[in-house]
Amino acid sequence: MVAGYINRLDKGDEMRTHPFGTKISTDDIIGTLEFFDDWEDRYKYIIELGKELPEMPSECKTDDKLVAGCQSQVWIEYCYHQGRLQLNADSDAFIVNGLLAIVLAAYHDKTYQYIGDFNIQEYFSRLNLLQHLSPSRSNGLVSMVKRIQDIASAYQATQKVS
Amino acid sequence: MNNVMNNTMLANAVDDFDVTALRMDFPILDKKVGGKPLIYFDNAATTQKPESVIKAMDDYYRSMNANVHRAAHTLSAQATDAFERARRHVAAFINSPFMEEIIWVRGTTEAINLVAATWGRANIQAGDRILLTEMEHHSNIVPWQLLAKEKGAEIIVLSVTDAGELDLTNLDSLLDQRVKLVALTHASNALGTRNPLEQIIEKAHSVGAKVLVDGAQAVAHWDIDVQSLNCDFYAFSGHKMYGPTGIGVLWGRRELLEQMPPYQSGGEMIKRVSFSDTSFNDLPYKFEAGTPNIAGATGMDAAINYLGKIDRQAVSQYEAGLLEYAIRKAADIPGINRVGTAKDSASIFSFTLKGVHPSDVGTILNQQGIAVRDGHHCAQPLMDRLNIPGTIRASFAFYNTFDEIDQFVEGLVKARSLLC
Repeated sequence: MVAGYINRLDKGDEMRTHPFGTKISTDDIIGTLEFFDDWEDRYKYIIELGKELPEMPSECKTDDKLVAGCQSQVWIEYCYHQGRLQLNADSDAFIVNGLLAIVLAAYHDKTYQYIGDFNIQEYFSRLNLLQHLSPSRSNGLVSMVKRIQDIASAYQATQKVS
Repeated sequence: MNNVMNNTMLANAVDDFDVTALRMDFPILDKKVGGKPLIYFDNAATTQKPESVIKAMDDYYRSMNANVHRAAHTLSAQATDAFERARRHVAAFINSPFMEEIIWVRGTTEAINLVAATWGRANIQAGDRILLTEMEHHSNIVPWQLLAKEKGAEIIVLSVTDAGELDLTNLDSLLDQRVKLVALTHASNALGTRNPLEQIIEKAHSVGAKVLVDGAQAVAHWDIDVQSLNCDFYAFSGHKMYGPTGIGVLWGRRELLEQMPPYQSGGEMIKRVSFSDTSFNDLPYKFEAGTPNIAGATGMDAAINYLGKIDRQAVSQYEAGLLEYAIRKAADIPGINRVGTAKDSASIFSFTLKGVHPSDVGTILNQQGIAVRDGHHCAQPLMDRLNIPGTIRASFAFYNTFDEIDQFVEGLVKARSLLC
């Protein structure tokens, strides 16, 4: 195992907890968003989801955690616990934060096999949010998904070596 | 256009302008986005195209497509005629004294890169200075930075005031014999501020510096006269003045262009090639390697023709009216802060909403069919100067309406209620 991929949290720092991927699953989010007819209710819900992500203290928002986007910035923290990827993320924009929560519902506390197999495009398509994953949306979300997939595949590679 | 308009002027600007008829020239304006009528307020990024531009390009491919300047056959002659006619019309459009001063490029960015790579490499030396301004688009910063690094030259910067205007009090102290080039924008893409070019150009020339003007944001709004401006280079894009993407213009003084080494090399730009040496073609072809964007040039020609048929003075007044109306209406929304309050400005309304990231506002407006731009607008040094991560930018064209601004303001009220 390669140390750099085991724990990217600051020394002595606990992984901040959130309900996504454990208490709130992708099915929960799909079910709730399907229930709303109105775009305003959908976005209210997305913004509410974002508020359940714990705020990352500014001293933790270091460049190695930054996933830069043209419109907004995203910071991501991760570590592995018993072979499952533990994730936390924060953004400077409310809606992006909500979308991060939706992404974490899919990827947090999952194995690298699960993350590799998960079809994020289909998930966002079912949520009718696919436009947020389009390359024209340089809001950090696309880069964030790519980063998580890279982290998982890098971890997978270390597992094969050891 | 001065933003200070009284109510009568505003009313006249609305009444005299037949926006309904003009809108019919732009097929995309009928489009719906997410079931709602499109409100297109991202004109500073690119303008929509009138039917005549779309048709000109379609006609070109249907009836005269051939390579230019190459063959003896009829189609090639027709294509060459159309291509060179477009160049002649561009020359007239900006009052260029010579047709060969019009160099076709892909857009403003390529025009600036061309000057940096040719005039810059030949004329900028170690210890020289290039004066930029704090409000420049990255396209008018990075090519000069690369050149300065290569040559050991220095970039110096004219600052911007809190109102988003150039701080001209510093100009004299920045300008001396070491400054070989001043590169600045005609109007800020992020804020709209229109710069007093004549004054700056005169001072720059007095110390022997050349002046390049980034005209990307100006050509759609105002008549451009390169002779009265007295600049040395003027760069602009077709797609920001109702023409097609992928075509733009570098205008340069003939004597400068003649001295400059070629840019890219290949076909068209040569006179005679052997393996021992190559002699280069005359202006403007020296700078136009490879098959050019012929269809784009015909589209650009149609755009110029279109602009020539509408009253540009009335357009200017109407656009100023739209801006003034948007500023007044949005002022009623708590937390809206206009960024850039220049007295002289293009029809750009740039603002922040207190406590909310611009990207969130852009997303909520998009849900309502309203297209704006949010972010740093490729002007990060300006955002750093103003100490903000970005703005929401609504940029208006003459086909926009006061009714659309009402809906935009309602959209902002909704965004505020959802986000604050």
